[in-house]
Amino acid sequence: MEEMGSDCSSSGLQELHVLAVDDSLVDRKVIERLLKISCCKVTAVESGRRALQYLGLDGERSSVGFDELKVNLIMTDYSMPGMTGYELLKKIKGSSKLREIPVVIMSSENVLARIDRCLEEGAEEFLVKPVKLSDVERLRDFILRGEEKNEREFSRKRKTSDDSCTPASSPSSSDSDLPSSPISPISVSTVSDEPRPKRARLLDDN
Amino acid sequence: MEVDQLQRTFHDYHASLFNEGFLDEQFVQLQQLQDESNPGFVVEVVSLFFEDSERLLNDLSKALDQVNVDFRKIDAHVHQLKGSSSSIGAQRVRNACIAFRNFCDERNIEACLQCLQQVRQEYLLVKTKLEALLRLEQQIVAAGGASPM
Repeated sequence: MEEMGSDCSSSGLQELHVLAVDDSLVDRKVIERLLKISCCKVTAVESGRRALQYLGLDGERSSVGFDELKVNLIMTDYSMPGMTGYELLKKIKGSSKLREIPVVIMSSENVLARIDRCLEEGAEEFLVKPVKLSDVERLRDFILRGEEKNEREFSRKRKTSDDSCTPASSPSSSDSDLPSSPISPISVSTVSDEPRPKRARLLDDN
Repeated sequence: MEVDQLQRTFHDYHASLFNEGFLDEQFVQLQQLQDESNPGFVVEVVSLFFEDSERLLNDLSKALDQVNVDFRKIDAHVHQLKGSSSSIGAQRVRNACIAFRNFCDERNIEACLQCLQQVRQEYLLVKTKLEALLRLEQQIVAAGGASPM
């Protein structure tokens, strides 16, 4: 039996808080474990509606301040009854409060049109299920780098004595329209290299 | 040593399940997620899969028994079953679901009924085998050995 993953506190990794959305009990259990083993805090919910409630976007005032619930990443299944992952994605990206949170779509079906639609709507990545530990670790590292960059930019801006808000120059955010966005659109560069986005691992199952 | 023998039996049985296509790489992924901090992980996920599958198979039976068969509903159920079987690595169940969905598209009741039978059969097979595998694991741990998972 392999000793899986170092003790999370000693690894020095900041703990990301991930909101996982999936109507399948089996998948929720698996993604929760994948995330915990990758040193992430997890909140798993069964529907888009519940997700929005948790994020405080359903019109009802949540009892806890938003900062305390700070979600660093949302991972959502695509096909869900009621609200699909795509619809959830749109609601999140359409909210000024939440649009900065990276959203990853998971789906067992690698339909190119679906992938494109999600990426266009602002999804960070499209993962083909079943999701592997390597996917989660890669994602975590990517989000962590983004969070670190965010913090560096923030502290750099605070140090600027100049009041004219010139955005601090940052090596890799040249493509981004939003100076504060930590994540540059990766999908653009991967799509041009191959017929399908690299990030969508493809399984010939249909 | 009893433990050694059990370990060997487990190893051989485990390998056969992969060779015969009952399980795929995803099951190995699940095993890797089990450790001392979460020693019952595989059992828990597999149990959830059993519950989920039985519910879905019942729903499918009922849905195909209706006067006006709702193929979209059936497709949705099969899609769910395909998803959960894929998540635990139950390859043959997953493949049977894929075939099932193709017949749903054709709205062919007779074929769907056969597919349901096929899916149920594959499910019962993998259930028996997984239960046997997990029992072996239990025996090894009870005999003082480390979990081979």
